[in-house]
Amino acid sequence: MTNAFNVTKPHPVKVSVRGLNFYYGSSHALKSVSLPLNENKVTAFIGPSGCGKSTLLRVLNRMYDLYPGHRAEGEVLLDGENILDPAIDVNALRARVGMVFQKPTPFPMSIYDNIAFGIKLYEKLPVAELDVRVEQALRGAALWDEVKDKLHTSGLGLSGGQQQRLCIARSVAVQPEVILFDEPCSALDPISTAKVEELIEELAEEYTIAIVTHNMQQAVRVSDYTAFMYLGELIEFGQTDDIFNKPAEKRTLDYITGRFG
Amino acid sequence: MSLYETRRKNNAIATGLAWLAAGFGLLWLTLILGTLVYEGGRGLSPTVFTQMTPPPGSTGGLANAIAGSLLMSAIGVAIGTPLGMLAGTYLAEYGRHTKLAMIVRFINDILLSAPSIVIGLFVYEILVHPMGHFSAISGAVALSLLVVPVVLRTTEDMLLLVPGSMREAASALGAPRAMVIGKIAYRAAKAGLITGVLLAVARVSGETAPLLFTALNNQFWSSNLNAPMASLPVVIFQFALSPYKDWQQLAWTGALLITCAVLTLSIVARTLGAGRRKSR
Repeated sequence: MTNAFNVTKPHPVKVSVRGLNFYYGSSHALKSVSLPLNENKVTAFIGPSGCGKSTLLRVLNRMYDLYPGHRAEGEVLLDGENILDPAIDVNALRARVGMVFQKPTPFPMSIYDNIAFGIKLYEKLPVAELDVRVEQALRGAALWDEVKDKLHTSGLGLSGGQQQRLCIARSVAVQPEVILFDEPCSALDPISTAKVEELIEELAEEYTIAIVTHNMQQAVRVSDYTAFMYLGELIEFGQTDDIFNKPAEKRTLDYITGRFG
Repeated sequence: MSLYETRRKNNAIATGLAWLAAGFGLLWLTLILGTLVYEGGRGLSPTVFTQMTPPPGSTGGLANAIAGSLLMSAIGVAIGTPLGMLAGTYLAEYGRHTKLAMIVRFINDILLSAPSIVIGLFVYEILVHPMGHFSAISGAVALSLLVVPVVLRTTEDMLLLVPGSMREAASALGAPRAMVIGKIAYRAAKAGLITGVLLAVARVSGETAPLLFTALNNQFWSSNLNAPMASLPVVIFQFALSPYKDWQQLAWTGALLITCAVLTLSIVARTLGAGRRKSR
């Protein structure tokens, strides 16, 4: 589907997906998908349920590795290095490519320890420095002011929106290069959603971001590029304005105008 | 309207039967516990905890049996818990759908419901017979074989309750498998895991048959693991069947002690379990 690309201005490419095929056992979930994730830009994956957008996201940090029978073929280059190479250190990859999930998943420990957990995986810091990093991460996720007085209470006691921002802070604390969002707002109320969206836009200044969303307004609001997927194929990829205002493909038009999906 | 009347009537009958059945069960439980408290309570005195099991006709207590039970249960749990936890972790985290896991799970279910006398005979053959004498350590090994299946099962069940999304989130940060399990899954399942161990303690503390073939009994205070050792269940078994009134009295008191211990453990286990559900 490379002929559907209508990128006009070239940007530095952080992640390049090339001819990616993905299989859940015998079912063919992604069919030769190729697209770039541009550096410091937000790319949204949209499409009806089952189109493969979450699958694509979960290839980017090799999340599918956790499950037997899931298989990816093709190339996904992160700074030119193929992350599908079996020889690659998956844990090191996940340190560079963070992920935020649909449902908030705070660990059953204090707010502080939730953040410190990831940092401690990679760095052995003195307490004072760890404190600073935890604060930075929480500030980065716009959560610091709400939790600074209860850092040592359980992360499970926060509201859903706060929990999701805690999870974002946790990802940011590891200092990744790419952050993947898998429908991060679908379990949140509108006010929390607005906060998370605002946060994503801020994060794009430092990180390369991919977001899966069911909400087309959300894609318009937060993303620079949009990929429309349907039945495992990438139908159209381009700048978000172009995709929503003058899509090249009829199926894209049908989907964004609500005629199916 | 008559259909509605019939339903009302059926409902009343079914509810009545349910109450009756519950009452019938509770009645016996109350009778058993009442007799136990009445008979056992009569013999409760400080000497029960300070003196050794007596020969017939003289005064004495259960001190050596209580200590023996505590020691052998403790060693049994200390051996059985790590084995059960590691195996349970394998089943829930690593093996899950493998053939080996299915076989282990099946064998464990058999072990879980195996008559404890079979365990006693087994340990008799592999330890007591080669050693040439009964010993506390073989008693502890027999108890540990009863601990393993209980802990294994609860560990697996509790780890399976930890949502996959929690494991994914930890993996997504780049945490290696062992750390996802050790730092996140165990922590999330902590109360359940402790409950499993407490239930195992409760299970073994009342076992007679496996100890009868392994640790046997001892009239005197002993902390020698290589020698026979007294335990509450075996002393109860021996004393209750004896024709001597004072021995029978001690058997009742011993039974009351075990019941109270098991009851306490169960209540603690339940409370922990309830706390876990609330925190979700």
